[in-house]
Amino acid sequence: MNLFYLIAFLSVFFSLLVIFSKNPVYSVLYLIITFFTFTIHYVLLNAQFLAIVNFIVYMGAIMVLFLFVLMLLNLNKDSEPLKSNIVKIAGVVAGMCLLVTLAGSVKALNVSDPLVLKNPDIGLVQNLGKVLFKDFLLPFEVSSILLLAAMVGAVLLAKKDPKKV
Amino acid sequence: METVTQTIQGVPLNHYIILSAVIFSIGVMGVLIRRNAIVIFMSVELMLNAVNLLLTAFSAYRGDPAGQVFVFFIMALAAAEVAVGLAIIVMIYRNTNSTDINVLNRLKW
Repeated sequence: MNLFYLIAFLSVFFSLLVIFSKNPVYSVLYLIITFFTFTIHYVLLNAQFLAIVNFIVYMGAIMVLFLFVLMLLNLNKDSEPLKSNIVKIAGVVAGMCLLVTLAGSVKALNVSDPLVLKNPDIGLVQNLGKVLFKDFLLPFEVSSILLLAAMVGAVLLAKKDPKKV
Repeated sequence: METVTQTIQGVPLNHYIILSAVIFSIGVMGVLIRRNAIVIFMSVELMLNAVNLLLTAFSAYRGDPAGQVFVFFIMALAAAEVAVGLAIIVMIYRNTNSTDINVLNRLKW
C-alpha cells in the first residue's frame, strides 16, 4: 500500500519535471521515467499485459521516435523562446482550476471503497487475449486499418515534395 | 505474484482518481505554458497516459477485462497519433525553421 504512494509521488514529480525543464531532451528523458512509473502502476494492478505493452510501445517505440525527431531537428539546446510570465501564471492557474474542479467533484461523489482485486487474473495475457479475440474482434481488425492509414500518412507528410526541390 | 497483488489491496479508488487528475492537469498546464511544439505533444501523451491508468484502475476495481482492452486500443491509437503528429512537426520545421507554435499564429484566423 505504501509502495503505491511512493510510486504515485514519483509519477507526479517526474511529470512536473517534464513540463518545467528547459531543455527538450531532458523533457523526453523525464517522460521516459514517468512512463516507467506508470508501468510499475500497471504491475501493481496485476495488469501484466498492459505493463509489458506500455514498456515496449511507449518507452521503446514512441519515446525513441520523440528523441529521434528532436535530434533530427537539432533542437537539443535551450533555444525555446519563453512565454511571458503572465501567460505562464495564467496557464498554471487554469490547470489548478481544472484540478480543483476534478478533486472537488471526486470529493462530492464520496466513493472511497478500497481497491480490492476481485478477479486478479483478468490482466494476464491469456484472459485479455480471449476477450480481445472474442468480444472485440472487429475493433481489433479496424485498428489495423488505422495503423496502416497512419503509416501511409506519416510517410506522405514527412516526405519532401519532389516538385519543390 | 501473491505479494504483488497484496500490495495494492486497500488503496482507495479515490486516490487513483486523484492521481490521474493531478497528472492530467499537469499535462494541461504543459500545453498552456510551453511554446515548443514537441514539448506540447509530450504533454498530450502525459494526459493520454493518465487516462490509461485510470481505465486500468477501474477495470481492476470492477473485475472487468473490457477496460484493459480499451487501454490496449488507446495505446495503438497513440502510436498512430505520434507518428502522424511528429511527421507534421517535421513538416512545420521544414517550412518555418522552428517548432515554435507562435509562428503558426495565422491559424487563429
